[in-house]
Amino acid sequence: MPREDIAQFTIRSVQVLSEEEDVDEELVPSLTDDQLLALYEQMKRSRRLDERAIALQRRGELGTYAPAIGQEAAQVGSAFAMADGDWIVPSFREQSALLARGTPPHKILWYAMGMEEGAEIPGGEGAFPPSIPVGTQPLHAVGIGWGEALQGRSNVAVTYFGDGATSEGDVYEALNIAGVYDAQTVFVCQNNRYAISTRLQNQTAAETLAQKAVAAGIEGIRVDGNDVLGVYRVARDAIEKARNGTPVLIEAMTYRRSMHTTSDDPSVYREADEEVEWEARDPIVRFQVYLEDRGILDEETKSELDDRIESEIAEAIDRAREGGEDIDPADMFRYTYDEMTPELERQFEAFEGDVDG
Amino acid sequence: MAEQLRMVEAVRETLRTELGRDDDVVVYGEDVARAGGVFRATEGLVDDYPERVFDAPVAESGIVGIGVGLAATGLRPVPEIQFQSFLYQGFHQLAQHVARIRSRTRGTITCPMTIRTPYGGGIHALELHSESFEAGFSHVPGLKVVIPSSPAETKGLLTAAVRDPDPVVFMEPTRLYRSFREEVPEHHEIPLGEARVVDSGDDVTVIAWGSMLREALEAVEDVGASAEVIDPRTLSPLDTATIVDSVKKTGRCVVVHEAPRTAGLAGEITARINEEAFFYLEAPLERVTGYDVPVPMFAREDDYLPDSERIAAGVHRALDDG
Repeated sequence: MPREDIAQFTIRSVQVLSEEEDVDEELVPSLTDDQLLALYEQMKRSRRLDERAIALQRRGELGTYAPAIGQEAAQVGSAFAMADGDWIVPSFREQSALLARGTPPHKILWYAMGMEEGAEIPGGEGAFPPSIPVGTQPLHAVGIGWGEALQGRSNVAVTYFGDGATSEGDVYEALNIAGVYDAQTVFVCQNNRYAISTRLQNQTAAETLAQKAVAAGIEGIRVDGNDVLGVYRVARDAIEKARNGTPVLIEAMTYRRSMHTTSDDPSVYREADEEVEWEARDPIVRFQVYLEDRGILDEETKSELDDRIESEIAEAIDRAREGGEDIDPADMFRYTYDEMTPELERQFEAFEGDVDG
Repeated sequence: MAEQLRMVEAVRETLRTELGRDDDVVVYGEDVARAGGVFRATEGLVDDYPERVFDAPVAESGIVGIGVGLAATGLRPVPEIQFQSFLYQGFHQLAQHVARIRSRTRGTITCPMTIRTPYGGGIHALELHSESFEAGFSHVPGLKVVIPSSPAETKGLLTAAVRDPDPVVFMEPTRLYRSFREEVPEHHEIPLGEARVVDSGDDVTVIAWGSMLREALEAVEDVGASAEVIDPRTLSPLDTATIVDSVKKTGRCVVVHEAPRTAGLAGEITARINEEAFFYLEAPLERVTGYDVPVPMFAREDDYLPDSERIAAGVHRALDDG
């Protein structure tokens, strides 16, 4: 009987701007100085929001909050490659990407204040709210990517999840169904090395997460997730492919520099040395040096930008606090169904009666 | 023009009508296109609407989950889950996303999806092909749960479900798929949330749905009492008013379901009667249900399922004439 190898695969890894500030001139995306500064500003805005949010949580003003510190390039670079009409389908750590897509920061705070107002779609379309159950939301992005295709539209859905999520069956189902239906979907897996405390080697025996695409018959590629130019380049190419019915899985290699959430203490499961090492590999620092080396970012621009971000976040915090003061508890009855059911109406009347005394 | 159809044909003709009426309707599921579904409920639909009827990979969570996304783009997904107990694989998508997306986004994203799924015992099917989890689905706020009991009812209720702005779990009793024909109007919509008084009477109210309705009708005929038989049709939201009005008249009530008793819907229905009609009651409320055991394989299925005899015994107890 003939014996032959019938399937092989390779996974490409891409980096445009290295830690040593070397640039792959062939792959470097042609972005204007303004666009480059916008990438930088989006990363900084997310970083500052996270820092302020952690402080607010410590003071009791926010509930549990999941910082994206260290992952800004993976998120901003990919979100920046999206076009009007494209959908973002995030997990619960995607404030960098959401901010880059236009979600106002006070909504992110509202969500962390336990308010559904923070999960409303800004502007009525294009963004799904955070998804708490790990790995469940890529299926929604497949439905969107397929639904857009069925209606002859070219909009793409970009969904975000982490390394831990790739162990969930739903993520495999999503990759597989996307392949079957040629869904206009891009999967961005941020491999930040930790699922709470669990390291990748305890999550999977697979050498890369990008290769999970191979079993589903779709494209998989790895990128240095701390290289915002590399992420942008890979995401832009993936989104164009998806627009034409070829779903792509991107594995963005990054590092969760902060805690899993404000309820977590990473010192229990990792060494401080490791965190110090990754501080030096911070994505914002790498890109800042790139911009400075090319004269795109000078001290004056940097301080203007920092001041702008500072006041925007301060305003967002004020707005979040104000919004938090006048929530209407009755809304929980109003939005469960299109029309309140008779039983819900009874419960609502009883609730109002109780409230009125 | 009205036609004589079996329930499975009524499902098919309803889907055909809705696919024709609304370009946003998309039908998909395991084996629904090429094979026309394992019960042939979708037979031929792909020939008429090849661009909106699809076979799906064997992935129930995926089938439910992608519906959230399809709906967000403006479509009306009408997936089939091949058997109800396979919907357990998609239950997390139902509870975590389908049912919640409207409330958590304050109405900015909704999910007008109808998940059709054959359910219930009585056809000597394989293990885990005969469950009745309507109470479980009804316990999830944001979902609607509908069970038809005849071909014409199927037409009216499925039409309403597909057009409903909220997600609906539409459970089709396999035992009735081919058991009888009935005149089914071409255009027929029954509002969700309205029970049907199948038979009027004064002495006792008997509540049953799905394939249990026919058993209940047989039982009251055997007993010979003047029974008011009610088919809730929509289990969530439940038409409490029709039930309560009837019990106020009869003072006695028997609730029937094939699902296990504990935490079953008979518990909810009797609680509501207690809340609103307690002082009209002349006898303890009766439940005739499946037992609190995993639905047995089919060699013991007939011993598990309530039948007209058990229901008749329950009616006698309610009438206190046994």
